[in-house]
Amino acid sequence: MIKNLQLCVFGLVVFILPLALRNNYYLMALNIAALNVMIVIGLNLLMGYAGQISLGHAAFFGLGAYLSAILTTTYGFATWPTILGAMAITAGIAYIIGIPTLKLEGHYLVMATLGFNVIVYIIMIQLSALTGGPSGFAGIPRLQIGGFAFDSDRKIYYLFWAVSIGVLTLSLNLIRSRAGRALAALSHNEVAARCTGVDTETFKVKIFVISAAMASLAGSLYAHYISFISPGSFNIFFSLQAVTMVLVGGMGSLWGSVFGAILLSLLPEVLHGVKEYNVLVYGFILMTVLMFFPKGLFPAIRSFGAAVVRKKT
Amino acid sequence: MLLKLFQFTLSGLTIGSTYALIAIGFSIIHNATGIVNFAQGEFVMLGGMFMITFYGYLKLPMAPAFALSVFAVAFIGMLLEKTTLRQSKSKEILNLVMITVGASIFIKGLSMAVWGKNAMTLPPFSGEDPILVFGAAIMPQSIWIFGITVGVVAALNTFFIRTRTGKAMRAVAASRRSALLAGIPVNRMIALSFFLSGALGAVAGIILTPVTTISYDAGVMLGLKGFSAAILGGYGSMIGAVAGGLLLGVLESLGAGLVSSEYKDVLAFLILLIVLFFKPAGIFGKGALRRV
Repeated sequence: MIKNLQLCVFGLVVFILPLALRNNYYLMALNIAALNVMIVIGLNLLMGYAGQISLGHAAFFGLGAYLSAILTTTYGFATWPTILGAMAITAGIAYIIGIPTLKLEGHYLVMATLGFNVIVYIIMIQLSALTGGPSGFAGIPRLQIGGFAFDSDRKIYYLFWAVSIGVLTLSLNLIRSRAGRALAALSHNEVAARCTGVDTETFKVKIFVISAAMASLAGSLYAHYISFISPGSFNIFFSLQAVTMVLVGGMGSLWGSVFGAILLSLLPEVLHGVKEYNVLVYGFILMTVLMFFPKGLFPAIRSFGAAVVRKKT
Repeated sequence: MLLKLFQFTLSGLTIGSTYALIAIGFSIIHNATGIVNFAQGEFVMLGGMFMITFYGYLKLPMAPAFALSVFAVAFIGMLLEKTTLRQSKSKEILNLVMITVGASIFIKGLSMAVWGKNAMTLPPFSGEDPILVFGAAIMPQSIWIFGITVGVVAALNTFFIRTRTGKAMRAVAASRRSALLAGIPVNRMIALSFFLSGALGAVAGIILTPVTTISYDAGVMLGLKGFSAAILGGYGSMIGAVAGGLLLGVLESLGAGLVSSEYKDVLAFLILLIVLFFKPAGIFGKGALRRV
């Protein structure tokens, strides 16, 4: 019940916010934040609930973007079915990668997914006949439903946040389901989970596939929104950004992920001059959060807030 | 054709030697702490960068420049362990691994601020006239790379087998708790393992830079190659690291020469994924890699 209330309040805030914003630049930043929320929620399902880690989510994000771009622009497929198709193809690739690598312990998985990201990145650059190579792929059609075109940042805002809240709702339901409890058991102690009859291997692969599909969805939407993509947006630095967002928000807290994704997406926009040193800043945030708040910044702030409230009463 | 294969193999062994050094660095830290150090590739990049600074800009003679660069990176390696990993509240493996990931991009960002974005290079250590061996051309730099790698591996081997400190480090690798009970200063050994890994990475970076080039973002790729080499040979084993490095170098060179040079970096990761799939313990591994 409380969960539903939280969702309603959040939805309301998201709905009202653009009415107060006159500047399209902020809307654009919020639109990108909405996409990051989708990716980070998916990644958190994998990290916080299945206890696995992926430094390759930028590859899935990029696969979604490039598949959408190529299939719609070069081959003239319809937009929405292509987005679903891209999700299915990305999910299939994640399945093939996931089976061997998810058998391994965490840090080998980190390296394997990182390697996968590098492979996809190189292919994006080298397969220039199809992808446009390092200079990118332009002229991707804008989104539309029926005759209604999403041709302004404001219209895109409502679309993206609706999708992103949808993803959040589905994920919240997933972790409250039987499968979610199995995942929770898995993330605490894999051996114990298996002893109680949880098919851990299948669950890990499934959640990996689901989170890859979410990243692919965000990628497709990104491609159709910006209408130009280049490999630089999908290198491992973006994977690291996504992981940092999960860790700042706290592993295993989906609301934390929403917070982490929005905070870190808007941070460079607010702090001018930081963009130049983006890499440095992310490295620093990642290190310090992990060192001092291994459970995440968001949960730390929340418990601090709770402690303050308790003291006052 | 045969000559071509011979030529590819030689250049593969050259590059492979540096992969071997990086792979040994991974192994040493893994044995001491159980973690994968993602900043290993940054050590390689830093080695090249420091050498360019000391030798190329400050015009120091080669030997002191080499020594200073190795020492500087080794010190950074030790600093990394002391300031981040040891201070971490959670000692969970994955948490520590992710800290090294953060450290690696932090170092990358700093290097970009210090050395800029352009790729830089060094002149070869001694001339550029190729030496002909059975009709195949070998660059003098390749001989330097071979020689230094063999020397470093031999020295490390002696260190681990003959010296007290080396034995202490192996004891920590075998069992941290027993080592502590036997009075070995475990924390100092861990710091030393980072020092050694930093030094190894720096050596790899210094000898490699004249052959390729180095830029602030080269570390990730080199680190991944070294890791693939370590996995291929058997993670944590020194012979494995050397064999894996050389094998990866040769496979990559043959792949680039015979199939396609654009995709040569892809090959290393395909090998990595295949090894992880079929024989995660690697060629020389004893099944030590725990599968869950």
